[in-house]
Amino acid sequence: MNAKLKDIFLGPLNSNNPVVVQVLGICSALAVTVELKPALVMGLSVTIIVALANVIISLIRNTIPNSVRIIVQLVVVAAVVTVVSEVLKAFAYDVSVQLSVYIGLIITNCILMGRLEAFAMSNKPWDSFLDGLGNGFGYAWILIVVAFFRELLGSGKLLGFQVIPESFYQAGYINNGLMMMPSMALILVACIIWVHRSIKKDLQDK
Amino acid sequence: MEHALSLFVRSIFADNMIFAFFLGMCSYLAVSKNVKTSLGLGVAVTFVLLITLPVNYLLETKVLSKGALAWLDESFATLDLSYLSFILFIAVIAAIVQLVEMIVEKFSPSLYASLGIFLPLIAVNCAIMGGALFMQQRVGLPATDPKALTSMLDVVAYALGSGIGWLLAIVGLAAIREKMQYSNVPAPLRGLGITFIIVGLMAMAFLCFSGLDI
Repeated sequence: MNAKLKDIFLGPLNSNNPVVVQVLGICSALAVTVELKPALVMGLSVTIIVALANVIISLIRNTIPNSVRIIVQLVVVAAVVTVVSEVLKAFAYDVSVQLSVYIGLIITNCILMGRLEAFAMSNKPWDSFLDGLGNGFGYAWILIVVAFFRELLGSGKLLGFQVIPESFYQAGYINNGLMMMPSMALILVACIIWVHRSIKKDLQDK
Repeated sequence: MEHALSLFVRSIFADNMIFAFFLGMCSYLAVSKNVKTSLGLGVAVTFVLLITLPVNYLLETKVLSKGALAWLDESFATLDLSYLSFILFIAVIAAIVQLVEMIVEKFSPSLYASLGIFLPLIAVNCAIMGGALFMQQRVGLPATDPKALTSMLDVVAYALGSGIGWLLAIVGLAAIREKMQYSNVPAPLRGLGITFIIVGLMAMAFLCFSGLDI
């Protein structure tokens, strides 16, 4: 893999992360992170959808008239999302119920429109595929970190298994119910941004 | 009527689009730098919600849900088109936003100039699509549920309440951010980080409205 492709793929994982640097796709990143399992499924779905939509748009990019491109992009994305949503309903029904409207909301997830507009409209299919994968994974790891802490501290479990031993509870440990509330998701993302920007100083605002 | 009023108040406070469901977060964070533009965006979102939700409600009850096409012909009574809802909802939203943009440009150039780029961008605002998808969920609820949408009046009340809730949230955040320019924030938290913490604290404040009922 040459340097440019490597940069396309690895950039979104760290220095050009879609969530904490480009500020895209925040809605779903916060809403599905109460537990680890829906966060994993959501991260995987978004990765697949971004990669596929990127390839499709990139293949037809020269035939799309400029004036109607937003609608074309939306329809392509909506079609891919419908397929993923039906697959989830068929093979992982309980997760799809848990994700409720947020699967449908991938259509308006800014990561998709952002990547389609900024990258797929002007690059070759293979590059676009890697860009989609990179951005999907960059989105997924933030989700997984936030969900890890929320599930661990909020209900003492990971992926549904009890992690914090019973003896802790007998000694007076109590689950932090606030972690299950929407507000803590925002504050956890803020902590990730804090750590990330202390390490990468060039991202800091003046 | 009472039910519609209750839906209206709930959707502003307890079920606030931003603080309870994080909908429309991207533009919420990007545009809330000063009060004037955020007020413009808030009004535009309310306006578009108020038009698209009733249209999507008609689409849901007359075309998409199971047996909804029976009014057209008896033989369609078993048809279930709900798998088409994502594509149809987003197409309706994109088309209506385009239409609203043209009408506003024609009849009120001053409003058009003040909304600027935000009007076309509303098509991809999750609050609008989220409103449509929540509406679809709530139409299926039994009529006794406090969240159920049973008539056109309920849908209009829900749309208006959600829009006003979003407007309140963005104007509040913009006002705090304007004041915050004079504070000394740690360098890595400046900009995005501190904004997230503020929104988190505002969401905590809105927690006290949960369970609110009239």
